[in-house]
Amino acid sequence: MKKLLLGDQAIAQGALDAGLSGVYAYPGTPSTEITEYIQLWHRSHPDTYVHDRWCTNEKTAMEAALGMSFAGKRALVCMKHVGMNVCADAFVNSAVTGVNGGLVVLAADDPSMHSSQNEQDSRFYGKFALIPILEPSNQQECYDMMAYAFDLSERLRLPVLMRIVTRLAHSRAVVNIADSARPQNALSDPADAAGWVLLPVRARRKYSELTAAQPTLQEASAGSPFNKASKEPKASKAVIAAGIGYNYLMENYPDGAPFPVLKVSQYPLPVDAIRALASQSDELLVIEDGQPFIEEQLLGLLPIKTVIHGRLDGTLPRTGELNPDNVKAALGLASAQTFAPSATVVGRPPALCQGCGHRSVYEALNRVLADFPSSRVFGDIGCYTLGALPPYQALHSCVDMGASITMAKGAADAGIFPAIAVIGDSTFTHSGMTGLLDAVNENSPITIIISDNLTTGMTGGQDSAGTNKFEAICRGIGVADEHLKVVVPLPANMDEITRIIREEIAYKGVSVIIPRRECIQTLARHTRQKKQQS
Amino acid sequence: MKTDIILAGVGGQGILSIATIIGQAALDQGLYIKQAEVHGMSQRGGDVQSNLRISSNPIHSDLIALGTADVIIAMEPMEALRYQPYLGKDGWVITATSPFVNIPNYPDIQAINAALDSLPHVVHIDIESLAKANKMPKAANMILLGAAADALGMDFELLRQAIRTVFAAKGDAIVDMNLQALTIGRENKG
Ligand code: SF4
Repeated sequence: MKKLLLGDQAIAQGALDAGLSGVYAYPGTPSTEITEYIQLWHRSHPDTYVHDRWCTNEKTAMEAALGMSFAGKRALVCMKHVGMNVCADAFVNSAVTGVNGGLVVLAADDPSMHSSQNEQDSRFYGKFALIPILEPSNQQECYDMMAYAFDLSERLRLPVLMRIVTRLAHSRAVVNIADSARPQNALSDPADAAGWVLLPVRARRKYSELTAAQPTLQEASAGSPFNKASKEPKASKAVIAAGIGYNYLMENYPDGAPFPVLKVSQYPLPVDAIRALASQSDELLVIEDGQPFIEEQLLGLLPIKTVIHGRLDGTLPRTGELNPDNVKAALGLASAQTFAPSATVVGRPPALCQGCGHRSVYEALNRVLADFPSSRVFGDIGCYTLGALPPYQALHSCVDMGASITMAKGAADAGIFPAIAVIGDSTFTHSGMTGLLDAVNENSPITIIISDNLTTGMTGGQDSAGTNKFEAICRGIGVADEHLKVVVPLPANMDEITRIIREEIAYKGVSVIIPRRECIQTLARHTRQKKQQS
Repeated sequence: MKTDIILAGVGGQGILSIATIIGQAALDQGLYIKQAEVHGMSQRGGDVQSNLRISSNPIHSDLIALGTADVIIAMEPMEALRYQPYLGKDGWVITATSPFVNIPNYPDIQAINAALDSLPHVVHIDIESLAKANKMPKAANMILLGAAADALGMDFELLRQAIRTVFAAKGDAIVDMNLQALTIGRENKG
């Protein structure tokens, strides 16, 4: 069967057809559409059990998936690259416990930071954890690699990391898919039950086994159907092209490159194939999206006489994503003639939607803080990060999920007053609750605004784990009732909101203000759905 | 054959539905397609684009190289101009005429139009007024597609068929409105 699918959707379909029992994820661009596809699929297959609810964060997702694997079933964890930092503890240790049912961890990297705060390359995590990494170069490979990845995971008894980039995640192509799905695994006990209890004595044994398995991983890469060497004779240069980089290379040579090429889509690096390639040419160009992961490893692998070109020597840009143009230049090919960028065009940065509740929050905050020039506002990750841009310019930081509360606390510890945190509902349950507990335990003089739009807005309106529970959560953590306030962020309520912000700033302890109004995008969607139903 | 198309607009303007129709028409012809989209933060009123590539041969890159696009279809004039470095030297620009002003420093519209008119083949079409006059505010993007049909070199009937397929679930009235919009676009492209 043929289907037009985004890279993300091809991964989802591939996982379903490989006998998936559960997907575990927190929304994050560019990975969100994987889980959304499985949720949609599930609606038309209500009798099949597949876990597909959103998780509170990437760590809970990773751990739940490991639990499903422990029970013998196939599980998929999906996240954007920075989610790997959140789940790193569980992720790295899952390589030590090993798996029972197949476990695939999907990291969607965002070179060029289209929707992210850094361009970290998840392949380093795979190498760090000593597990196999797969890197598809097109939508068909996204699909095909899922069955392969689950089989590989079960054969090696290790999790497998699959790494994609934005341009593959969010690009559509026709994909050939199977007519039927493999049945899901039955429940089973792990073969090495003791190895799941990582007491030092057992962890040492497991870690030795993991390192001893590395030659097997190397063999798997050498024999991988996704790593391919072309049979061109010796030439003045040879190219290693990884993942999506292979496409940009072939775009320039639709009938085949006139020099030797090694396509890399499975790691650890196929060392023998790379040595063979280096013996065919004294100059190697490495085309890889993200950071110079392969290039750095080559430096220790090849004879000194081999000249290596790539992101480190500037043949390709050190930062930003690959594209047909920078790859063309790296290959020494001339670009097409172009019209120069027009000087008339100006930037059009994203902005909060008109009518968004976050707007009233910033409006109120700016009015109050005009009287407090020493105030600092610590922001967080979500649509409301756009409050840093004009017209509000209300934020002094945005670092990682949850950092608003803890940074405000640290700044207050240092003597900054007033220290304000602005965090969204979904980000608060993702990583804000523990920081709130720290602040409550020390009764830090900070004012926390949990701007609750009843959804995960930035990624398109997924369920938010804490909806309807925020007052209870804050009370449970120990926020005093009289300093827990709920308001409706509308321009009409500006006086009330500013009054409350002033009062809570004056209070020298932890206050939480919850402006609550549904995201107008999800509101519009819900109204449409209701209309259709009636 | 190979056609490289850049669809441009502002987040929320519906460029992806244009891409969906062209993509469906290409699939119906058994052509290869690749369609790179923008999801995430820029969708909040920022500039968005989609690279749509159609070919009778397999396509490698998801992105279009500089100076090689055959057609730029834009829901907004400044957004059309933004991608001119991607336009091939004989390429076509089909653009809506109404500026979408959500920034304080939106340039002078005359300057934008003058810059656009220095390109080899440009079609300006006032899709907003046409949509309003024909009582089809939601189908402005199909009017734009109609205006682009000739530049795309696609059989008009294939585009009509694609509209029927893509909008089928929404009922006959919606299908008919979008078909009519497509025709209005082709007939009013000046
Ligand atoms: S998507 Fe929702 S939360 Fe985000 S800016 Fe728009 S209205 Fe606000």
